[in-house]
Amino acid sequence: MSLIATLRRMARLMVGVPDYDDYVRHMAAHHPERPVMDRKAFFRDRQEARYGGKNGGRCC
Amino acid sequence: MIRHLPWLLTGLVGAVSLGVVAVSRGETVNALWIVVAAVCCFLVAYRYYALFIARHVMKLDPTRPTPAIRRADGLDYVATDRTVLFGHHFAAIAGAGPLVGPVLAAQMGYLPGTLWIIGGVVLAGAVQDFMVLFISMRRDGRSLGELIRMEMGQMAGTIALFGAFMIMVIILAVLALIVVKALAESPWGMFTVAATVPLAMVMGAYTRWIRPGRIGEVSILGLVGLLAAIVYGQAVAQSPVWGPLFTFTPVQLCWILIGYGAVASVLPVWLLLAPRDYLSTFLKIGAIAALAVGIVIMAPPLRMPALTAFANGGGPVFSGGLFPFLFITIACGAVSGFHALIASGTTPKLIASETDAPLIGYGAMLMEAFVAIMALVGAAILDPGIYFTMNSPAALIGNDAASAAHAVSAMGFAISPETIAQTARDVGEHTIISRAGGAPTLAVAMAEIFSHVVGGPAMKAFWYHFAILFEALFILTAVDAGTRAGRFMLQDLMALAVPRLNESKSQIPGFVATALCVAAWGFFLHQGVTDPLGGVNTLWPVFGISNQMLAAIALMLATAVLFRMKRDRYAWVTLLPTAWLLVCTLSAGWLKLFSADPAVGFLAHGAKFSAALAKGEVLPPAKSLEQMERIVFNDRVDAALVAVFLAVVVSLMVFTLRTCIASRRSAVPTVNELPPHPVAA
Repeated sequence: MSLIATLRRMARLMVGVPDYDDYVRHMAAHHPERPVMDRKAFFRDRQEARYGGKNGGRCC
Repeated sequence: MIRHLPWLLTGLVGAVSLGVVAVSRGETVNALWIVVAAVCCFLVAYRYYALFIARHVMKLDPTRPTPAIRRADGLDYVATDRTVLFGHHFAAIAGAGPLVGPVLAAQMGYLPGTLWIIGGVVLAGAVQDFMVLFISMRRDGRSLGELIRMEMGQMAGTIALFGAFMIMVIILAVLALIVVKALAESPWGMFTVAATVPLAMVMGAYTRWIRPGRIGEVSILGLVGLLAAIVYGQAVAQSPVWGPLFTFTPVQLCWILIGYGAVASVLPVWLLLAPRDYLSTFLKIGAIAALAVGIVIMAPPLRMPALTAFANGGGPVFSGGLFPFLFITIACGAVSGFHALIASGTTPKLIASETDAPLIGYGAMLMEAFVAIMALVGAAILDPGIYFTMNSPAALIGNDAASAAHAVSAMGFAISPETIAQTARDVGEHTIISRAGGAPTLAVAMAEIFSHVVGGPAMKAFWYHFAILFEALFILTAVDAGTRAGRFMLQDLMALAVPRLNESKSQIPGFVATALCVAAWGFFLHQGVTDPLGGVNTLWPVFGISNQMLAAIALMLATAVLFRMKRDRYAWVTLLPTAWLLVCTLSAGWLKLFSADPAVGFLAHGAKFSAALAKGEVLPPAKSLEQMERIVFNDRVDAALVAVFLAVVVSLMVFTLRTCIASRRSAVPTVNELPPHPVAA
């Protein structure tokens, strides 16, 4: 991974958004029969997971 | 042997720098000595101690599947590159704590804080984070409460969950108090922070409808907005119309924050919380990096003495002597129990290989300790007179420059009223007197450092408000996110009592839990704001005790797990810091309860005021009988709270002992780890 790509991924994961392509690859490899979220749905799903649920704890 | 040579050299440089910091008396020491000492110690500790723990204590196994492999789903469980994950974990653990504690602790001089941060993180803080990450990683990434339940029983898990909720309440109250202290009577600061609310909503709408998922774009947009808010804030503050509209007393701000917390935590997350989290996260990382660069370029001399007379107690910032109070004042940065919740949160679900754990668990905590070191340096490069003017309660030094200069000079730190007034003018504030809480002091220091690098003295006011904004922003995000997390903790606890609650689809339990949570931290915030002693003085030690107790609980869990793994002979790795934290927190808690000195003990303070009340006398700093009653009531509530924390930690100590004795009797490991290799389905 290039430095820029690493930093980009790092910044996105810092706010709770993992890599979309990883997700698509995972779905294709393991659950080809299930529907795959598009980028927009994926983003909203991750946003809800980070802030709406129990993972809201950030440090002091 | 050759491969150890560079490390030996690093160790030597570290030892020499530490020596310079420790033995210099009289002559000025450059701040870079502290920075170099810290960095060298951290590198050597990582290379040897973290790897020792990884190889011998934990026996990390790269072939063992992590939760990210075992339960891969592309969403919560994703095998992540370790550099990327390091950033994620660091951003999650680093908050306001490591910036505030060291600033407060600087009242004893820079040396005690420096030594405790370096020693504490290497032997306790980083070990705790690393161990909890390891334990959670081998159990599908479960949370701290569940881990304690698995390894020490149902009862222990429930007690820990309750303790964690109380700690959350205190953390939220203290963080909100810091914001109040920073923004009270400061229209410039208030305007910029208020501007982030509509700004975040615009960003939220942008990521929701216009360009979903474009975090980078929207963050740049937000940053431009923030900078504009800081620039125009000056004009707003000086305007005869707008200035007074953004000027609030501490009590008004307290109610605004309580209202904000209640509303923000029930709004949809995409509207306010998420976009502000983008801003605060990136600003935090950026500001920390800029501070590091700034300190290296400026290489400022330390103006605070290595040790002040307040190391023996009697300091104006917090009461009590070096032992045990230094060790609870600097919590985050040296060892922070709250990290146990993070290290058993999202991070263990993202780790790709067990051998990445030292970098993530141990390494990220070292990085946070480095942030704490920078905060300490920031406080120590200020004129000590300014430091004590900003951090002493108004009850001690009065509200005007003349009385403050007189009182602070009498403490032994000569300062003139002109210097105080000039410093306030430089940073664009009406006053800097008695702005305890750490954030304003650090902002003055950051303004010194940044303006030295960019813009010169003319930019000081800009940088000051930039620093205040950066701190207020991530504290407000934490208040918002913390209220939500506290609400779920409370709902879990209520569901334990009334299982029916969890099944109901109604919104009502959620609202009730949110209201209870806001009321709980709002109560302590209000108490802190109206406290004639300034609040930070009272609440920060309670926060420190609670945070260190959570750390002790996490380390006790780690000890119990090592015993259950039959690795008793390495148990000293966690027993040593556990013992130290228990000694510190139990004695600090005991002193806070029973010390005969009213400045330290809550009960003695309450007794003194209630005795006066019975005679109808009004003791300063109270101004009326009603205030006297409030002080007595607050003292009793605080005493009860400390007693609850003590009870939690002592009962978990008993559970740990029981678990360790039981596993000593067993000939085989009894630990509840998942098997090293998944059974073929």
